[in-house]
Amino acid sequence: MSALTFQETVLALKKYWSDRGCIIQEPYDVEVGAGTMAPETFLRVLGPDPYRVAYVQPSRRPADGRYGENPNRLYKHQQLQVILKPSPADVIDLYLGSLQAIGIDLGKHDIKFEEDNWEAPTLGAWGIGWQVMLDGMEISQFTYFQQCGGFDLDLIPAELTYGLERIVAFLQNVDSVYDIVWAPGFLYRDVRLKDEQQFSKYNFELADVEMLWQLFDLQEKECQRLTKITGVVLPAYDQVLKCSHIFNLLDSRGAISVTERVGVIGRVRRLALGVAKAWMEELAGKSEAAA
Amino acid sequence: MSLPFLLEIGTEEIPDWMIVPALNQLQDMFQALLDQNALRGRVTEVDATPRRLVLRADGLLDRQADVEELILGPAKSAGAGAAGGFARKMGTTPDQLGTQTTAKGEYFAFAKRTQGQATAAVLARELPPLILKIQWPKSMVWKGKGTERFIRPIRWLVALLGDEVVPFEIGGVKSGNTTRGHRVLGKASIPVTIATFSQALTVNGVILSADERRERIECGIKAWRAKPDPDLLHTLVYITEFPTPILGDFDPSYLELPHEVLVTVMRHHQKYLSVEDADGKLAPHFIAVMNTEADPEGLVRQGNERVLRARFNDARFFWDQDQKKRLADRVEDLKTVTFQAKLGSYYDKTQRLVRLVSDLVRDKHAQRAALLCKCDLTTDMVKEFTDLQGIVGGLYARAQGESEEVAIAIYDHYKPLSMDGDLPRSQAGRLVSWADKWDTLVECFKIGMSPTGSKDPFGLRRAAQGVVRLIVEGQVPFRFEFVDGSLREFMRDRVEYYFRDVRGFAYDEVRACMAVFWDDLVLLQDRLQWLRGVRPTPDFEPIAASFKRIKNILKQASFPNAAVVSVDLLEPGPERDLHTEMDSTFGEPLESRIGSLRPRIDLFFDKVLVNAPDPNIRRNRLALLNRLLQEFSSTADFSEIVTER
Repeated sequence: MSALTFQETVLALKKYWSDRGCIIQEPYDVEVGAGTMAPETFLRVLGPDPYRVAYVQPSRRPADGRYGENPNRLYKHQQLQVILKPSPADVIDLYLGSLQAIGIDLGKHDIKFEEDNWEAPTLGAWGIGWQVMLDGMEISQFTYFQQCGGFDLDLIPAELTYGLERIVAFLQNVDSVYDIVWAPGFLYRDVRLKDEQQFSKYNFELADVEMLWQLFDLQEKECQRLTKITGVVLPAYDQVLKCSHIFNLLDSRGAISVTERVGVIGRVRRLALGVAKAWMEELAGKSEAAA
Repeated sequence: MSLPFLLEIGTEEIPDWMIVPALNQLQDMFQALLDQNALRGRVTEVDATPRRLVLRADGLLDRQADVEELILGPAKSAGAGAAGGFARKMGTTPDQLGTQTTAKGEYFAFAKRTQGQATAAVLARELPPLILKIQWPKSMVWKGKGTERFIRPIRWLVALLGDEVVPFEIGGVKSGNTTRGHRVLGKASIPVTIATFSQALTVNGVILSADERRERIECGIKAWRAKPDPDLLHTLVYITEFPTPILGDFDPSYLELPHEVLVTVMRHHQKYLSVEDADGKLAPHFIAVMNTEADPEGLVRQGNERVLRARFNDARFFWDQDQKKRLADRVEDLKTVTFQAKLGSYYDKTQRLVRLVSDLVRDKHAQRAALLCKCDLTTDMVKEFTDLQGIVGGLYARAQGESEEVAIAIYDHYKPLSMDGDLPRSQAGRLVSWADKWDTLVECFKIGMSPTGSKDPFGLRRAAQGVVRLIVEGQVPFRFEFVDGSLREFMRDRVEYYFRDVRGFAYDEVRACMAVFWDDLVLLQDRLQWLRGVRPTPDFEPIAASFKRIKNILKQASFPNAAVVSVDLLEPGPERDLHTEMDSTFGEPLESRIGSLRPRIDLFFDKVLVNAPDPNIRRNRLALLNRLLQEFSSTADFSEIVTER
């Protein structure tokens, strides 16, 4: 079997998880640094309701941009994010099955689970898990969430995050992500190189620092205002994501001094914790109404 | 009847470095369980892979022995009514009671028999809490809030006593007789008995014995000239159930990169062993250890080579990028690198380091190195390979035309990395290393971040240990005279620990010398060596005992230090003789004075009453003793020496 294209890989994984009871969601349409930050993960893992979801999430990390010149580093990469809540007892077997579904013959490769715990201080979230190594390459992050938004989780979800570029580069045996075949006749470079070049230039050189600070302040206020109102947790959370992305932009512009840094992270964290609290209260209210 | 026992705790992959300590706990706790419950039996074997902790025991009773216990009731004189009540309480009838005569008289008594429990029942009750009691550095829940905690989810349990399953349940997993093989090489469900367990694992791709796994790796790499690395080997043994080493290559052109970088990439990022050529130089190969049986099509080797190529390319890219801005031009950039949230940036730290070094000595290399030593924190190379901080700075300094002295000082300034690790090679390196560590200590104590108990997030104990070694062994001319408060106490502890536990001086000798003066550690070392030399001489212990006595006498008398001995008041005989001897030996080395004074002191205490009725004479005698004590206390406080008397 010849290696799958980028999009075939995505489709195969979506099909695989769809067949195992996952809702297939589309990417969240606000800039995020990781699939974890999309509300489908951050908010859905909270509370007592089971949930299974899979989606591709373009993840933007302005400081990781390399103007399209580094073969492995990207400002925006694609994660396939799977949440299985609660985590089933055969979760690792399910995961290994997904690798087979994209053409990895486990009998011919070396797979290892190496300790790698995950923590996102700005989200008040952490988990226990591994990086999954295939022939010496990290292809996924596997995490049992323990806390999110500062809350101990009622049901422990398993989060599987596939680094799609890495996996497909591996399957297609190419040394640069830009040489990945995205679709027949189209390489990754054809689809994405311009983003990398232009956004690297913007993120590192052009983004207006003054304006970003203003936006940060405005969106922070908006979030605080919305958190106090019942029934608008989701719009409030969007403001958290925007603040978080602005923070990342300011960081890549080198605009955040040491003393400011801790403070700004704290501001984002407070917003995230506030939203998580509001979400939990909303859930509690619903269960009271039902009872 | 005597039975064998087998326990297998099946889990998802446990971090390699936690496995051995957990096994040790399991062994100790299970043996204690057997002993406390009088089940006989010994733990015969514990072993583990990342997915299973296994314990075997042998010689267990199939049930506890019955126990007969004589319980005393009311005195016989209390009569039949009391006997009836006692019998009811014992669950029996009065005719079953006997009597027992004690020193206080005759009592009703009952021989209570407790039936021993079946061993399987005891184990079924005790095993779940025992297993969950294993302490892990960081445990987790895998079902939900408030459920069982373990290091990783428990997925199966094998518990066999003889031929029978010991039935219990942890987190919804029931114990049984079914194990699991290697994720790829073995079956997912394998029924076993105690006798077939080992064989079943072997044919299902699991080498249970860590020793065997290590042997398999060592055997496989024998011909490849691997650079010895016991720590990495240990890791590889405990991240695999069926380890198989393979040899891969990389393009020799990467050998142009600093070998420190190549080895770090291979070791820390990829867990590869490095390979040396016949001359002991780094060769363009690596050894990866797979968790599977073979690599028939070479796919695993190709995959690993590809990953390493990408990593080395990154390193080369970082090296080239980083050269575009010299270290000297990066000092300002340190303003954006946090040293510690409350302590500001590495720029601030750098300013302090330069000052500390300049205040101590005039050494332009050390000053230059202090200014540049943290600049590599802003380079891509160190951001990616943090273990190489310092080393990268040193390499860059050399490449950018800084003097060799400066380059070496920067390269070495994190040393010593451990208690017995090497000190920096040059004096400039030792000065910068000292300044770096001392600054961290001073600043952290300033904001109250001192280590407490086992918590020492900033590694202050290690920093302090480094400071002590740099002063004593590295000729850094720093003294603790202006250090006070809790930092002084902390350093005092570390100094005491160093001389006692690292250098092997007796604890009372360390105390005796430190009680006098410890600000200058080099002097302290000299005095300790002197004391160690003089201690075995025959007069030493008696004189130390006398000094203890003198100190007590002076203390009880609340004697003022400043009093002067009046020769006229000295009584002829032992008192005057002692004084004369003191005068005539004054200024001689202590070790010779000890010999000449000891008999005089003994005679003085034999014949002279310090507490003389005449207050003037008494005061004079105290003054004499005080002078004696003072003259001998410049090196060590002898009263701290533990003597047999």
